[in-house]
Amino acid sequence: MIEWIAAILLISGSLFMLIAAIGVVRLSDVYMRMHAITKAASLGAILMLGAVSIIYVEWIVWIEALMVVLFVIFTAPIATHMIAKAAHKTGTPKGPGYVMDEMEGKDVGDSDAVMQ
Amino acid sequence: MEIQTSAVLTFAIYFSFFCLTIGLFMGMYRLLTGPSLPDRIVVMDLVASLSIGLIITYILATGQTVFLNVAVAIALLVFMGNVAFAKFLIRRMEK
Repeated sequence: MIEWIAAILLISGSLFMLIAAIGVVRLSDVYMRMHAITKAASLGAILMLGAVSIIYVEWIVWIEALMVVLFVIFTAPIATHMIAKAAHKTGTPKGPGYVMDEMEGKDVGDSDAVMQ
Repeated sequence: MEIQTSAVLTFAIYFSFFCLTIGLFMGMYRLLTGPSLPDRIVVMDLVASLSIGLIITYILATGQTVFLNVAVAIALLVFMGNVAFAKFLIRRMEK
């Protein structure tokens, strides 16, 4: 029974990561690709770590899996935000279908502004 | 430390390896044909996540839970790499 749950978690996690990779290939823009990667790949990593935590019932495995989950949850949005801001500031072309862009013409400044 | 893997878990491990390898090839396609530099930086993020997935699948396949340390290190280093690349993009534009 436990192995069934772990297998379901593993398969769904790898499918989410495959969806992220498909999004990287199929989507038309840097910002859309970031949107595909950050959410889908983080969720896939969390599901697969859940599979490991179910199979191995040891506290050191649980602590390390929790550390990976916390790092992924806390650092992935910040890193993607910084890359997106830097890409927008350096004038990466946008794909078709954008309705509005509130940052248009506002991102001029020094290089430390990307840290804020 | 060796676990008795049943048939369903073995199938899940092989399926996971298959999906993650296909994902790595897709990331390689985007890395080679990406029109701009931020596209390639985004691929670095994807490859790091896929590496974490591969390490976890390898742990389940072999029973070596020591490799979770590698997953922790990758999850930390990718953040540093993204910050460095963002700073590098801004600096390169200003020159």
